[in-house]
Amino acid sequence: MRREIPTFIALFVGVVCIVQFFIPHRPFGTLVDTFSDWFGILQAFAIWLGALNLLRVSTQRTLAKKSHDRWYGIVVILSFLLIAIIGLFFSGGRGFQLAGTRFDYLYVNVYTPLSSTMFAILAFFVASASYRAFRARSWEATLLLLAAFLVMLGRVPVGDTLTGFLPEGYRLSDVASWIMTYPQVAGQRAIMIGIALGVASASLRLILGLERSYLGGE
Amino acid sequence: MSATEPTMTRAPFLERMMRIDRRVIFILIGVALIFPLFFDITQKLPVSREVQMAADALEAVPDGALVLYSMDYDPPSAPELQPMAVTALKVGLRKKWRMVIIGLWPQGPQQANLALRSALADEEFKDVRLTEGVDYVNLGFQSGNEAVIQKMGSDIPSTFPRDYRGIPVGEIPIMRGIKNLGNFDFVVNVSSGYPGTREWVQFGVDRFGVRMISASTAVQTTEMFPYVGRQLAGLVGGMRGAAEFEQITSTPGRALKFMVGQSVAHVVVILFIVIGNVAYFATRKSRRDK
Repeated sequence: MRREIPTFIALFVGVVCIVQFFIPHRPFGTLVDTFSDWFGILQAFAIWLGALNLLRVSTQRTLAKKSHDRWYGIVVILSFLLIAIIGLFFSGGRGFQLAGTRFDYLYVNVYTPLSSTMFAILAFFVASASYRAFRARSWEATLLLLAAFLVMLGRVPVGDTLTGFLPEGYRLSDVASWIMTYPQVAGQRAIMIGIALGVASASLRLILGLERSYLGGE
Repeated sequence: MSATEPTMTRAPFLERMMRIDRRVIFILIGVALIFPLFFDITQKLPVSREVQMAADALEAVPDGALVLYSMDYDPPSAPELQPMAVTALKVGLRKKWRMVIIGLWPQGPQQANLALRSALADEEFKDVRLTEGVDYVNLGFQSGNEAVIQKMGSDIPSTFPRDYRGIPVGEIPIMRGIKNLGNFDFVVNVSSGYPGTREWVQFGVDRFGVRMISASTAVQTTEMFPYVGRQLAGLVGGMRGAAEFEQITSTPGRALKFMVGQSVAHVVVILFIVIGNVAYFATRKSRRDK
């Protein structure tokens, strides 16, 4: 029964969701609304599970004797506890996100600049990786290099300054726009159709009980 | 030194150009990004088709309309997306839209609050006095990803029973008469990943027929291009899109300023790519001989 009941639930929910797409009336519409509520509740519990798991992993890392990462673990635990305690108990209850609360102060002055800095570091790694990766080693690599070169230059005003002598419609920004609108979209559509077919077949396997790896075990 | 000892020879110049230390690249990129911030330089940008479409779509929404802002991003992507959110809110303030804000990401509603504060700090809106709950409402975050959009299609009050301050939606004047997504005249989605624009297209647009524009990060923008024209009434992508958006809506802000740094950084990256390739081709023969 440990396998049959979850498989039946997956089958029932999956079939109802598909039918509801075509017949959005009772009882299917009401059932899908209920499933959406359950999904939201499960997600809320998953957030707690994630937070507790983060604490568990960080504690294990901190307690490991020879771990070089123990200091990172300590920082994670202290930061987690600080923001959670400030938000839960010292920021006015439910309105903890309002302007002027202690939580808002930490969010604006600590969390936001730190997160933005982490993301901004990407610019440096992208620059270094572009320099090393974009080499015209083969025909395909040359095409990629050329497209990247044109788009990068065309997406900034310098590109148009360099090709300002050309008639409108043939400048670098127009070339970059053309690459983004046509070849890029064609590639994206092919990828999207491939993904959609994959998702459809994987979903059908789940609904029909042919794929049971999500139940755990072998 | 004996004759058998290997002699220390400096690698030829071109060989070294193929292996420039990444710290050199980091320093030059840092200078390229930071240096322009100290100057008051403005650039006139040609506006791309998709940003023009987004601006036209917003312009077509009547004054006083009911508009939903779904802020699906967090601080890491704020340098790119916050200027777009601020511009979209400024357009809303200018056109006196009734604005309903939600977030499919936990930090989205708070980013929206910051964006609204920035928009209201603008000289153009210094006399605007908004009443929360009447002129706008922030319904906060709801977990459930695309299931939230699906539920909003049939019943918004049960999806968001309270606003982010804890006030029941039944007591919020702006929410009176709002039953589902069909009540909104337009949707503005600011997105940096999952859940975001793709889910809004799949459920909000395809399923419930909402009209919307998307403002997304440069990384995500390429994936959204296939939707432009049919599912998306316009697309504002990356820092460049944000700058164009500010320019075309006459609300100059941070994106136009940041764009200068990005322009210089792009040129530096391109120069490094050119140097790497010139060195690669120049040394190809010697590598073959070895």
